[in-house]
Amino acid sequence: MVAGPLVGVLALQGAFAAHRRVMEELGARTREVRVVADLEGVDGLVLPGGESTTMSLAVEREGLAEPIRALAARGAPLLGTCAGLIMLDREHLGVMDILARRNAFGRQVRSFEADLEFLDLEGGPVHAVFIRAPWIAEHGPGVELLASVDGHPVAARAGNVTVLSFHPELGTDTRLHERFLADVRAFTG
Amino acid sequence: MTMRDEATFGVKAGLAEMLKGGVIMDVVDPEQARIAEDAGAVAVMALERVPSDIRRDGGVARMSDPEMIKGIQAEVSIPVMAKARIGHFVEAQVLEALQVDFIDESEVLTPADEAHHIDKWAFKIPFVCGATNLGEALRRIGEGAALIRSKGEAGTGDVVEAVRHMRSIRGEIRRLTLMDDAEVATHAKDLQAPLSLVRAVARDGKLPVPLFSAGGIATPADAALMMQLGAQTVFVGSGIFKSSDPAARAAAVVEATRNFADPERVAAAMEGLGAAMDSLEARKLEPEQVLSARGW
Repeated sequence: MVAGPLVGVLALQGAFAAHRRVMEELGARTREVRVVADLEGVDGLVLPGGESTTMSLAVEREGLAEPIRALAARGAPLLGTCAGLIMLDREHLGVMDILARRNAFGRQVRSFEADLEFLDLEGGPVHAVFIRAPWIAEHGPGVELLASVDGHPVAARAGNVTVLSFHPELGTDTRLHERFLADVRAFTG
Repeated sequence: MTMRDEATFGVKAGLAEMLKGGVIMDVVDPEQARIAEDAGAVAVMALERVPSDIRRDGGVARMSDPEMIKGIQAEVSIPVMAKARIGHFVEAQVLEALQVDFIDESEVLTPADEAHHIDKWAFKIPFVCGATNLGEALRRIGEGAALIRSKGEAGTGDVVEAVRHMRSIRGEIRRLTLMDDAEVATHAKDLQAPLSLVRAVARDGKLPVPLFSAGGIATPADAALMMQLGAQTVFVGSGIFKSSDPAARAAAVVEATRNFADPERVAAAMEGLGAAMDSLEARKLEPEQVLSARGW
């Protein structure tokens, strides 16, 4: 019996434990990524929600930017949620050709839950939790938009990289994690 | 238009979830807030005087001047928290009107009601409350708190009470998980906590909301200690801006919190920080000086 693919979860700060729990319930092996050595052998990486300023400083401190870009360049699937979306944009890791607008919906009092129509996802709308969430203010031609709230894109994909403004790890709907794991399995062949 | 449900318990506890693995720092002006954000704080607590100054000055400690809170909100992009007095629901209404991101119903301020905590379900903004034991934590959650912090003894620089309260909460949770259903029901009466919440804790082996730690954390090692004892994030009050080099200490506490299980990283974070805050031994406080006894 060969062990399944290994999903790294960036564990510098934020909701990494919730992502790990969902992934493991779906049968994936996971590993917390805090230093460069933790990326060795991972087949995909989740960048969780949290505070993007805190995470940016930690990525810099740990020298994780280049290794994460290299992982993406090899075609490994990446999933960025909320702060993770911001981390992957042009002004941070530069992995995806998008520009995030931080706290775009407003302060915590404007945080919300909503049912989202999601492109190419069977089983109806996704119940999404938005917390001081960003949206995608600009995107390049290679970026496919997957969902929006009142005209503002909140989910997108380019190649094997997927970004979400919201928190699938906080709900009970696991379809977006399943889709990411399918990408990881396809990548490892 | 997308239908939006705001102020659900999901988005309240969700923000607490996003603050995990970080450091929340007390700040009294925009300059300190800037230092905190640049050091990697996940949030700041805006207040007029840090707890050690409240102890020194005496008198009634109240919520902060709205102008000061607005100045801090304008300075940083991380969440801004602010404190209301226990039971002072109008201070909480004012903080909600200011759109702070989290309200701390805090024993560090002088209580405004000797019998009732704020009905936190009535607010759109999430609340954090302190607790010294499991029953107190569950009473606060029953009132609507979306986050619990162990109280510790604020403004002392002595971590012993934070340790006591964290061990008490976590130890009581572990004991609950060993009880059968009848024992859990009886124990809920001893805890003076809602049975539904006590049952959930017995089943899950954890609180239904995140558990952070506060009160007396003064060094990177203190922060790592609380994380190893089960805190999911630490609040540092007087410990940073009452030390000799706040920017360096702030960054070092963030570093030690992130790498709390790696003693070599904690050691590296502690090098050359200069003097910690002037400290008080918590056991030697007069009874009327003990802040953690406030709240019921």
